[in-house]
Amino acid sequence: MAVEFSPEARKRFAAIVGGYPKKEAALLPVLFLAQEEFGYLSGEAIDYVAKIMGISAARVYSVVTFYTMLNMKPIGRHHIQVCRTLPCALSGAEKITAFIKAKLGIDVGQTTPDGKFTLSEVECLASCGTGPMMQVNDAYYENLTEERVVEILRVLK
Amino acid sequence: MEKLLLRNIEAPNSHTLELYRSRGGYRALGKVVRELSPEQLIGEVKASGLRGRGGAGFPTGMKWGFVPKDSPKPKYVVCNADESEPGTFKDRLLIEKDPHAIIEGTIIAAYSIGSHTAFIYIRGELVYGANVLQRAIEEAYRAGYLGKNILGSGYDLDLILHRGAGAYICGEETGLLSSLEGGRGWPKVKPPFPATHGLFGCPTVVNNVETLAALPWIIDQGPAKYAALGTEKSKGTKLFSVSGHIRRPGVYEVEMGYPFRQFLEQDCGGVPNGRKLKGVIPGGASMPVLRADEIEGVRMDYESFQAAGTMLGSGGVIVMDDTTCMVKAAWNIARFFAHESCGQCSPCREGCHWMEKIFSRIENGQGRKEDPDLVLSISGNIQGNTICPFGDAAAWPAAAFIKKYRAEFEAHIAQQRCAVLASE
Ligand SMILES: Cc1cc2nc3c(=O)[nH]c(=O)nc-3n(C[C@H](O)[C@H](O)[C@H](O)COP(=O)(O)O)c2cc1C
Ligand code: SF4
Ligand code: FES
Repeated sequence: MAVEFSPEARKRFAAIVGGYPKKEAALLPVLFLAQEEFGYLSGEAIDYVAKIMGISAARVYSVVTFYTMLNMKPIGRHHIQVCRTLPCALSGAEKITAFIKAKLGIDVGQTTPDGKFTLSEVECLASCGTGPMMQVNDAYYENLTEERVVEILRVLK
Repeated sequence: MEKLLLRNIEAPNSHTLELYRSRGGYRALGKVVRELSPEQLIGEVKASGLRGRGGAGFPTGMKWGFVPKDSPKPKYVVCNADESEPGTFKDRLLIEKDPHAIIEGTIIAAYSIGSHTAFIYIRGELVYGANVLQRAIEEAYRAGYLGKNILGSGYDLDLILHRGAGAYICGEETGLLSSLEGGRGWPKVKPPFPATHGLFGCPTVVNNVETLAALPWIIDQGPAKYAALGTEKSKGTKLFSVSGHIRRPGVYEVEMGYPFRQFLEQDCGGVPNGRKLKGVIPGGASMPVLRADEIEGVRMDYESFQAAGTMLGSGGVIVMDDTTCMVKAAWNIARFFAHESCGQCSPCREGCHWMEKIFSRIENGQGRKEDPDLVLSISGNIQGNTICPFGDAAAWPAAAFIKKYRAEFEAHIAQQRCAVLASE
């Protein structure tokens, strides 16, 4: 399947670009859109974005590799991101990560064989007063305990 | 104390225009666009004594005054909602609970410099906050606070919400602007400053969320009332985010100059579980740690924290009790900076990784006798030798941990293990 936006995504692309005083400023939102459409930013997706943005693929690539939220590899349906920075670490983040590792049978940076979960450790997510905490896709889960983690993982489809 | 910044957050539906307006919201904007010239507005903000809450504490009115009035180029205002300094979560609270205060403040700032396009740059992870802000922006457009001919004044402003994509350095203002231009978040050499050469080379003001959110109250209640709060050089109130080993973590609004010990022990309930305080970082992870014996007499304002050898920074207060291994804490922070260095300057790129490696080996029982001094020397070589202040932000805390808890580092090295964790 050729990498190309759906008609719906094409409309959103035009709206995004039209909202900025300069087209190149729209690169990050366009990359988010591409990631949503294609699941991750493959080489073809990067070439496609470069083409529709009218900039070089090398430039797009250098941007994609700079930001942690842009993925060049497929990831699981649920991206579990446990904060590891000092305030969360003081609240017991390490134990939560170890618990999730054991529960899912994967290491940090890996995806479960069924493609359901990817586990990452990330830096401070501006939620330090309610640590330990994690982000799963768009949602924050705070004041984690092992029991809460079990419940959260159970509910995620 | 009367709450200024947190005045609305406990009200149900505090994020809606209806609630915000029922409490006097957008009254200040009406006054600004109808009654004040940009010069008068800048004068009022100068008179309030408001200083930037993003970390550096630069006087806000003065910053606006640096923007050239006669420039033919477009001018921009950017609200810095990148909040990524470890230990800091105050802006997120305002974003989620009082978005209209941020929007009103941003419009006021834009009016002061004659800008017709403003941005809110929000860190990408804050998806919920971005949705709240986006809805609030749309409400503000519909109500005539944004767009063409705001409140019939003839003044036009567009406000664009822009999401980052995960990079701490995009909180640094020139890194932020590079990111907003569609590039990597690479900081730029200053001067030239954003006030003259900012976004797309045009005059730009970057202000923190909390700074901007303070403006509606200041204009509405009058700068004198704001300046009456706080100390001589630190006016008004400040938000502190409190985390770590503390009974009541959370975001607190404090009048500048409030006693730090009283704040920790009474307002925040002190260290829990019968433990003792070992150290506290008062201004986010980039600021030097204070030992428990160093907080006596310290007040919560720019001057007092500085006199104590640290800085108010973002107001991210990280509390550590006596179960904390300071080598591990130092390592955690060093790892953060090694991960987040943008890599442009070699002292920062190499130095951050080197410091992380040394802390890691000390913690893991492979420290060498010369390691503490080695960290001090690397830290010294980073300071002042980099494009942006990230280098200092990484170098200061590392050196402070060694200087203040040196015996603990030496014990780790002598015994080739972590004694604190071993005693658990
Ligand atoms: C490494 C680094 C990270 C920063 N992160 C932030 C941030 O997340 N939010 C913020 O408002 N300011 C941050 N700043 C400060 C900004 O560079 C800038 O000074 C501030 O946004 C100006 O706003 P103010 O004058 O209202 O404080 C950071 C600075 C540095 C050096
Ligand atoms: S000091 Fe560090 S973060 Fe700042 S520009 Fe240099 S390498 Fe990048
Ligand atoms: S340290 Fe985990 S959210 Fe800030």
